[in-house]
Amino acid sequence: MSDRPAREVTFRGGGFAPKPVKWVGLIVFVALIAFAEWGTRSGWISALTLPKPSDVLATFGELYQSGLLFKHLSVSLSRLAVGAFFGAAAGIGVGILIGLFSMIRAGLVPLVAAIFPIPKIALLPLFVIWFGIDEGSKYALIAFGTFTPTVVATYGAVDNVDRGLIRMGQSFGLSWLSIVRKIVIPGAMPGILSGLRISLAIAIILLVAAEMLGAEFGIGAYILEAGSLYDLERLFAGVVILSLLGVTVSFVIGLIEKRLLRWRS
Amino acid sequence: MDIRLDGVGHYYDDFEVLRDITLDIPQGKIVCIVGPSGCGKSTLLRFIGGLERPTSGKVLQLGDPPTDSLNPLTYIFQDFALLPWRSVADNVSLVLEDHGLAASDAKRIIDDVLTRTNLADFANALPKQLSGGMKQRVAIARALAVNPAVMLMDEPLSALDSQTRELLMDDLIGLWTRAPFTAVYVTHNLNEAVRLGHSIVVLSRRPGQIRDIVHLDKPLADRRFGDPDLEQHQQHLWQLMRDEARAADAELLHV
Repeated sequence: MSDRPAREVTFRGGGFAPKPVKWVGLIVFVALIAFAEWGTRSGWISALTLPKPSDVLATFGELYQSGLLFKHLSVSLSRLAVGAFFGAAAGIGVGILIGLFSMIRAGLVPLVAAIFPIPKIALLPLFVIWFGIDEGSKYALIAFGTFTPTVVATYGAVDNVDRGLIRMGQSFGLSWLSIVRKIVIPGAMPGILSGLRISLAIAIILLVAAEMLGAEFGIGAYILEAGSLYDLERLFAGVVILSLLGVTVSFVIGLIEKRLLRWRS
Repeated sequence: MDIRLDGVGHYYDDFEVLRDITLDIPQGKIVCIVGPSGCGKSTLLRFIGGLERPTSGKVLQLGDPPTDSLNPLTYIFQDFALLPWRSVADNVSLVLEDHGLAASDAKRIIDDVLTRTNLADFANALPKQLSGGMKQRVAIARALAVNPAVMLMDEPLSALDSQTRELLMDDLIGLWTRAPFTAVYVTHNLNEAVRLGHSIVVLSRRPGQIRDIVHLDKPLADRRFGDPDLEQHQQHLWQLMRDEARAADAELLHV
């Protein structure tokens, strides 16, 4: 037995389990920006190709000091908040109805499927006619763009609620409303929130699109103006603001998920 | 309140799953239903609780349930069916909320059933923190909270490991001995059937028919792990079921 050659069993498990690694994301950002700074300073990247990151920062500082940053941001944020709120609320409501009632499902699912792939930006002129050139058309565009992905995510989430839990509710004689409120909606919450992540990112994209048409203030208007003057520093400053906005929204949803979905294992 | 099944038969599409089941479930007794897989025993339980309707025959309640019973026909499910977003106490509270009880009454009931199932220390835990056995105890507590006339238990211990199963059987026997309840207990585990059943109904393979009803007179509290006479009953049941189980195993599934 013991005189036979002994070899350790080759390890072939492991992997396929991504773990959170701190700081790496930040390092990637810093390295990219440092590379751009180095390239533009040494003249290897021409000023027309890419603005100097330090100049973008300086432009950002000016924007902040002139008070215009706050002006643009507050206008944009209120448009985003109003549009996304109405779009998401209507989307969650309609999604739950589709999830619960066969007739509504049969009637609305094809309609949603037909509306979903339309680039909402293409409808902007139509919204201007319907809701006016002012805030109305911007709210409508953002709301409409947020609505469809929220509907699809919500009814998918309602479909995925454990039927066993619903049957349990029925077996204890819970009212229909109790089953919806206490079992269906909390059970669909994970799916609804991950749908909101996508819907809100779409809302930011549409915010900029809406502001590129007939808006005096707002980040979109700021970017459009900078772009038409080929003022790359200001263009990039605007883009950075959008990027930060996206990260913030994603972070806030992450916080909500942490709070509402503590029960998930 | 007794339950009577009167000529119950059922088809899924044109596929017969149950045929002519006539059976009495007397008050204060535990009736076990055993049978090979796919014989329709869980379907039968869903008929008794009103979650599904049989194609033919009737399920009757004889007499009235006690007036203080909030949900006369109450299930205990194999997969526990606890709401993962509610704590232990709130899962019990769920089934009381629709009955318009005063908050103090509801609290008293919750405290009482959690104490009876030894869960008082875990009232605020979430289901994900509990072992399988503890989860099923919560489900039992939830069922006791509505003071059922008949408990409908659908393979309640099948998702648990064998040690936990023994512990929970002791718990159930303890609960029954202190306050006898009526139960229909569906299982494929013959050991559970001979430990917990006052009578054991053996179903044939699909379409499920009653092959035999075995009565056990020994009091539940006196039945022990590995009792020779229980062992003998279990042997007898296995003889009855063996060929059916083998044939059922070899059948194609129609789904």
